[in-house]
Amino acid sequence: MNILVCISHVPDTTSKINFKDNQTVFDTTGVQYILNPNDEFGLTRAIWFKEKQGAHVHVIHVGTSEADPTLRKCLAIGADKAFRIDTRAVDGTSVAGELATFVKNNPYDLIIAGRESIDYNGAMVPGMLAALLDIPFVPNCVGLEVNGNQAIAEREIDGGREKLKGNLPMVIGGQKGLVEESDLRIPNMRGIMQARQKPFELVPAQQITAATNDITFEKPLPKQDVKLVPAEDLDQLIELLHKEANVI
Amino acid sequence: MSVFVIAESENKTLKRNAGEVSSYAVALASKLGVNCTAISFNADNADVLGQFGVTQAINIKNAPLHFDANYYASAIVKHVQSLNATHIVLGSSADAKFLAPILAAKLGAAYVPNVVALPTNYDPLTVKHTAFTNKAFAFTQLNSECNIIGVGNNAYGNIESPVACSVENVEISNLVSNLEQVSIEKISGKATIADADVVVSGGRGLKGPENWHLVENLAEVLGAATACSKPVSDMGWRSHDEHVGQTGKPVSTNLYIAIGISGAIQHLAGVNASKIKVVINNDPEAPFFKAADYGVVGDAFEVVPVLTEKLKAFKAQR
Ligand SMILES: Cc1cc2nc3c(=O)[nH]c(=O)nc-3n(C[C@H](O)[C@H](O)[C@H](O)COP(=O)(O)OP(=O)(O)OC[C@H]3O[C@@H](n4cnc5c(N)ncnc54)[C@H](O)[C@@H]3O)c2cc1C
Ligand SMILES: Nc1ncnc2c1ncn2[C@@H]1O[C@H](COP(=O)(O)O)[C@@H](O)[C@H]1O
Repeated sequence: MNILVCISHVPDTTSKINFKDNQTVFDTTGVQYILNPNDEFGLTRAIWFKEKQGAHVHVIHVGTSEADPTLRKCLAIGADKAFRIDTRAVDGTSVAGELATFVKNNPYDLIIAGRESIDYNGAMVPGMLAALLDIPFVPNCVGLEVNGNQAIAEREIDGGREKLKGNLPMVIGGQKGLVEESDLRIPNMRGIMQARQKPFELVPAQQITAATNDITFEKPLPKQDVKLVPAEDLDQLIELLHKEANVI
Repeated sequence: MSVFVIAESENKTLKRNAGEVSSYAVALASKLGVNCTAISFNADNADVLGQFGVTQAINIKNAPLHFDANYYASAIVKHVQSLNATHIVLGSSADAKFLAPILAAKLGAAYVPNVVALPTNYDPLTVKHTAFTNKAFAFTQLNSECNIIGVGNNAYGNIESPVACSVENVEISNLVSNLEQVSIEKISGKATIADADVVVSGGRGLKGPENWHLVENLAEVLGAATACSKPVSDMGWRSHDEHVGQTGKPVSTNLYIAIGISGAIQHLAGVNASKIKVVINNDPEAPFFKAADYGVVGDAFEVVPVLTEKLKAFKAQR
């Protein structure tokens, strides 16, 4: 089985979010980038398939060389080969378009992406990719088993879970649950050394046009100070929620 | 040119968020001076959309009974083309977020999710949406001939403007699905985090799963869904689907009540889109107070039962 894991490279969860150039550009000063947490769960599941079922695991990113350390980390964790489609990622449509062209030329049995990337939270790329390839897609995936050319994938739904069955190739949007946090791997010295020998290929981009573009950004207004209500006077809280906030 | 709105249903009835997306779509159509048509699947009460100003609806009556994104997307594509729809409006539920990217790719449409208001500009179409896990808003231009707007939960609200809605029930043929449902588990009779108006959430401050009746009783009085912080689900006190925050479910309710939750940045990131936040914590220095609208500094074990009783009395009076 050949597995492709789509990697996005995002600001660390605790990053301060600021904008520059008149609020038109995300200010990356002092921002540490990491492997998107949802993709890390997917990659770890892919490596499980490698170890248990002899799968080959490739990782791919659409973007600039800024993400190379993240791709190297994926190799150090256990991926066999990395690809980077060399272009600046603009929106879900262009990223999915680049990935679709790549997969049409290099077929895989399973494509694992993340539920969403934690920067723009679009949750767009995996579904678009599946539709462009006309293959099944399961988002919010918290369980995945492969049997021959069929996969059973479980997705989280509002208030529960749903199990779906489909033929390979399939795209999934993975998240925590696909593996647990305790299963995630920290690259060790051996892995890091081996990663240097592993193939890392640069792929020219198709330069697919984006369908959207960000014009400006805005930060939420600073919050008004909290209104504290004494624990002995909860009637006051109910009054405020009812009359002032209008929520009960 | 026309606006097309996707009204979600479940068990043959429209879901709560159908009202909100319809309200948005009707307002959008009136700004553009064009027609608005709704589409639903297996909804016996599609005419209810008239309450929100929708005058015509198409109800597909032979679709799979469970939500099937690929099938639904194909059915929608057929109608989008015949109605010459240029703007498609849907919600931000798990199902809507499953459907929208597939639909966008099939139509070659632009798509922006988590939109919080009517467009700030109509030509070119520009919308405001949350980004960076609610730490910022982005203003994004949609540049396709067909543009899809995903309205954030509780971002716009239900706006009633009753009209008569004529429903055309149609059967659709020759559509196949590429996935088969094996099983579905759903907690029934209980509000879900995605659908609820109010969420009551508990953290590590509640000390153990045996104390969750505090959260559940308060939630019951408010008709609220229950949620928890990440360590609570990690320790198995509550099931994983209650975990909210950056790595869990997003919450954008009208009221979020956090009990014994410190307010770590990753927790706040996922709940900040909620309108009113109430924090109950015995540590006046808990970071959550900085992000809250109302706060009670006190022991949850004392405050919550009293609050629950008082709310019960308040609700009974009304
Ligand atoms: C990559 C990453 C992603 C993460 N994603 C998430 C996420 O999605 N969601 C999430 O929630 N967390 C997430 N976290 C974890 C987050 O950083 C915090 O550790 C977590 O939110 C803390 O949970 P808590 O507030 O329940 O517990 P604690 O931080 O232990 O806080 C307990 C609170 O209860 C109060 N308390 C104690 N006793 C009482 C009492 N008797 N009455 C009232 N109050 C009391 C305490 O004062 C304290 O403020 C993530 C962390 C990382 C690193
Ligand atoms: N630039 C990218 N290159 C490769 N994969 C990506 C890229 N952006 C997003 N993805 C994948 O798509 C998933 C969802 O991302 P998004 O649609 O941005 O929320 C991510 O978890 C990745 O698996």
